[in-house]
Amino acid sequence: MEMASSGTATVELPTDEQILITREFDAPKELVFKAFTTPELVRRWWHAERGEMSVAEIDLRVGGRWRYVMIADGGVEVGFHGEYREVVPNERLVSTEIFEGYPDEVAVNTATFEEVDGRTKLTILVEHSSKKARDAHINSGMEAGMQDAFDLLEQAAVSLR
Amino acid sequence: MARAATTADAFNAVAEPRRREILDALAGGERPVNDLVRELGLPQPQVSKHLRVLREVGAVDVRDQGRERLYRLNGHALKPIHDWVKGYERLWSERFDGLDQVLEELKQKEEGDGDGK
Repeated sequence: MEMASSGTATVELPTDEQILITREFDAPKELVFKAFTTPELVRRWWHAERGEMSVAEIDLRVGGRWRYVMIADGGVEVGFHGEYREVVPNERLVSTEIFEGYPDEVAVNTATFEEVDGRTKLTILVEHSSKKARDAHINSGMEAGMQDAFDLLEQAAVSLR
Repeated sequence: MARAATTADAFNAVAEPRRREILDALAGGERPVNDLVRELGLPQPQVSKHLRVLREVGAVDVRDQGRERLYRLNGHALKPIHDWVKGYERLWSERFDGLDQVLEELKQKEEGDGDGK
């Protein structure tokens, strides 16, 4: 069996308001775009093993809306939604993103899909309106990581009973 | 919360491209300011300003030797800065591991559909 993983994601902070996420996939860009924009496929990876997705809606056209809701393992519901601003199939996707727990802040995400020799480099640029919002976004990701660790700890504790 | 804010500020101090160049230059060992000014090709006041920011967040340490001020990296202080984004990076890494699996299946399905098309 071949290893599916192509390595870890790289996160950079090019400016005070931005987050840049990059990762390479061992698949042509048509497939990466498809997995990225098809609700039943998004449902299978977006949760990052931290819960289950109860909503994955995608209306893939300029002005169309998207909404993802995940019920985290602890039962907490986290929702995100936005609108597509640019849709270039297999190439580029620009959308807004609002975290429903913090609805005043709108981020703009630009995803680009570049294929070289059958492999696809996916780049996601997240642009916030302020450094504060950007930092809050990263902190929430860190908390998700912590939560993950706590869950494992809890599992370990339960198994010892 | 206070801790997160401090770490975020430290990260921003380090994220500035010129300051990152300074950290790179210091990665090889302790250096006097004049050395850094020459290497970066920036006016001394600007280099001093960047060094002050880096010192404030603890990314570099300074000591006086005779008439020179020597700067060096403080690797211990840089670790929490690195850790700050690591949790976020981990979230995306795990997401993308799941995406890899979905892609493997799509690839196999396409190969299977190949003759039928």
